[in-house]
Amino acid sequence: MPVEILMPALSPTMEEGNLSKWLKKEGDAVAAGDVIAEIETDKATMEVEAVDEGTLGKILVAEGTEGVKVNTPIAVLLQEGESSDDIGSAKPAASPKPEASDKSDADTPKETAKDAGGKARQASDEPSAQKEAAKAPAAPKTEAAADPDIPSGTEMVPTSVREALRDAMAEEMRRDADVFIMGEEVAEYQGAYKITQGLLQEFGAKRVVDTPITEHGFAGVGVGAAMAGLRPIVEFMTFNFAMQAIDQIINSAAKTLYMSGGQMGAPIVFRGPNGAAARVAAQHSQDYAAWYSHVPGLKVVQPYTAADAKGLLKAAIRDPNPVIFLENEILYGQTFDVPKLDDFVLPIGKARVHRRGKDATIVSFGIGMTYAVKAAEELAGQGIDAEVIDLRTIRPMDMQTVLRSVKKTNRCVTVEEGYPQSSVGAHIASEIMVHAFDYLDAPVMRVTGKDVPMPYAANLEKLALPNVDEVIAAVNAVTYRS
Amino acid sequence: MKAATKKTSAKPKAAADSAAALKAPEPAEFDKDQELAAYRGMLLIRRFEEKAGQLYGMGFIGGFCHLYIGQEAVVTGLRLAMKDGDQMITAYRDHGHMLAMEMEPRGVMAELTGRRGGYSRGKGGSMHMFSKEKNFYGGHGIVGAQVPLGTGLAFANRYRENDNVSLTFFGDGAANQGQVYESFNMASLWKLPVVYVIENNRYAMGTSVTRSSAETDFSHRGLSFKIPGVQIDGMDVRAVKAAGEMAIDWCRSGKGPIILEMQTYRYRGHSMSDPAKYRSKDEVQKMRSEHDPIEQVKARLIDKKWASEDELKAIDKEVRDIVADAAEFAQNDAEPDVSELYTDILR
Repeated sequence: MPVEILMPALSPTMEEGNLSKWLKKEGDAVAAGDVIAEIETDKATMEVEAVDEGTLGKILVAEGTEGVKVNTPIAVLLQEGESSDDIGSAKPAASPKPEASDKSDADTPKETAKDAGGKARQASDEPSAQKEAAKAPAAPKTEAAADPDIPSGTEMVPTSVREALRDAMAEEMRRDADVFIMGEEVAEYQGAYKITQGLLQEFGAKRVVDTPITEHGFAGVGVGAAMAGLRPIVEFMTFNFAMQAIDQIINSAAKTLYMSGGQMGAPIVFRGPNGAAARVAAQHSQDYAAWYSHVPGLKVVQPYTAADAKGLLKAAIRDPNPVIFLENEILYGQTFDVPKLDDFVLPIGKARVHRRGKDATIVSFGIGMTYAVKAAEELAGQGIDAEVIDLRTIRPMDMQTVLRSVKKTNRCVTVEEGYPQSSVGAHIASEIMVHAFDYLDAPVMRVTGKDVPMPYAANLEKLALPNVDEVIAAVNAVTYRS
Repeated sequence: MKAATKKTSAKPKAAADSAAALKAPEPAEFDKDQELAAYRGMLLIRRFEEKAGQLYGMGFIGGFCHLYIGQEAVVTGLRLAMKDGDQMITAYRDHGHMLAMEMEPRGVMAELTGRRGGYSRGKGGSMHMFSKEKNFYGGHGIVGAQVPLGTGLAFANRYRENDNVSLTFFGDGAANQGQVYESFNMASLWKLPVVYVIENNRYAMGTSVTRSSAETDFSHRGLSFKIPGVQIDGMDVRAVKAAGEMAIDWCRSGKGPIILEMQTYRYRGHSMSDPAKYRSKDEVQKMRSEHDPIEQVKARLIDKKWASEDELKAIDKEVRDIVADAAEFAQNDAEPDVSELYTDILR
């Protein structure tokens, strides 16, 4: 049967074009790949190549014709043994818009594609899929398990965050031979911040891998190893340097599971100190919680206590997804009780009520908790009983715990070191507005880092960071005591 | 002229030791079955790509679509040199690689049309497809990003102490990305089993190599990292296979990474919407008529009387039927269910 040659679309947005020139004439033999015509769009002149071989039987659209719609038949190609008499029976090489089968026909087993392909060309309209294909389904709700019970009588061991992180990695490396750590100075030097102290001695150079100073490269190498099934822990000396690697973290690690239809993912942990240390100025002092929390396909953890650091890092290493694990240099040396258990793993995605209270809710995470906790103590002395929630995980965020608290206290203050615009606190405020508007007795207040690059001068640095007084002032504001 | 100056100029001594010692092997001698296999493999890619171009023109395929037409010998020859277990990873001009790795034409084409029967259930598209089963690791849309990833696959091979090799493909354009050299450094430092296949098709989108690259001999790009490399006629599937065997053996025997610069050519534009005005029609026509990888095999088959025109036509018919079936499936398969919007974000 003769084949119709259709006006092709040559870009995602082309709807029509001019048929500027025929390079073959009726009766010419055509091989696949031969240029048969030139068409002109608003952007460029393009060549039309024959896809089938045959003889050009009839030209349906003369050269010089303007405004030829995409998918209009422009010529008929005769196949071997056919003559111009057969032209009437021509069929399109393939129908650009397959007829939708009768939907009421219950016997039709296959859902038809309708005009999915053709739709894509209606570029001036709004995206086709939304128009008729119904609304987007609701995002699935997830609820993390509760923290495991700690048996009564369990010994609590005062442990620094630094030791807790190392213990978590060592335990997981003992448990699973596929777990390894790579990063700058993690092996011979024992860690730039001594988080990997002793790991080289116990696990050897194969599993504790010093890298050159090439964040982009080794982040990608880690993701590739994870795609192959290993369980890498990639240490960034600080997350400030991870900006060199952010393409690999987001485009390669976070999106692969989705782009592969669930076939391939990247079970990897990116960890290291995040946020301001002390007097290291703008390029070394930034909180990335809000940045990474923006991205579907990532989990983002930012612990405060040593117990959470240990339990959540173990969970992160076991997690089949890419996990951003944001630590803090100032917290490394702080000591907290850690339960002495053989396998202490905490659920990612679960907030922890750090202090019970009834008058106002303070939500924070990571080093922000140090301001929140001190503020709550001082407020208690002033007769305000604040509830303090440690988010622990930024993504997926446990809004249920936050909302439950806000519905009780009717007031909320968020605390973080990151910049104010598009901050974690901004997201929390928005969620509370949507889900607990009627419970609010005051607007949600945010305490954040100031909207400036981190200054070096000691006095300015202090001003740029949140502080306890700002948290107290915010709580006073939402409780109308100021 | 350039080549002549290169030969006479003094090369750094260390580089000469590691790299210049390596010679491109003679093209492999193919027997009848190998010639026929290569012919069929390359033809499948060509016909598939022609059909993809057609479906794009008809509006069934959206977004970006980069065709591999002209470069078929590179992936076909290298596949013939690989063993099962070796991995492949490439950028966004990836349809040919998937077919060479024996992924189903239906699944690939249905992914191009964004249907549920596609390899990524319609969620990846032309540039993002994977098959764990077939050891194909994508399909990556960011120029050069697959190079650290492919190096990571090699890292995993070494870690697991298996003898698999990662074949990491990238173009002459990606060869200027910084992360490529970060990867070279680590791969060489750690003796990772990775073959870096630089598909030099002469144009990074619309910029010719001479306008984008200070060193246009891409086989030398690893010299500072002590990675040897050779230039290969990427239009001759026998030359590609021989080079592939040499390079894979190199990696498998623990010598670390190696670079194969495959000198090839794409007949079509960078993507479907590229009118390719940066090169002359004569240049394209000359490559097609004098160096076409498929025609070369065809000529040998006929010349040696290993196949008649009719027999080759029968192969063409068989390949066309496969492609037509894939296209038919890809046009009629349903779009993904809307519930797929929120699946596969996290495990």
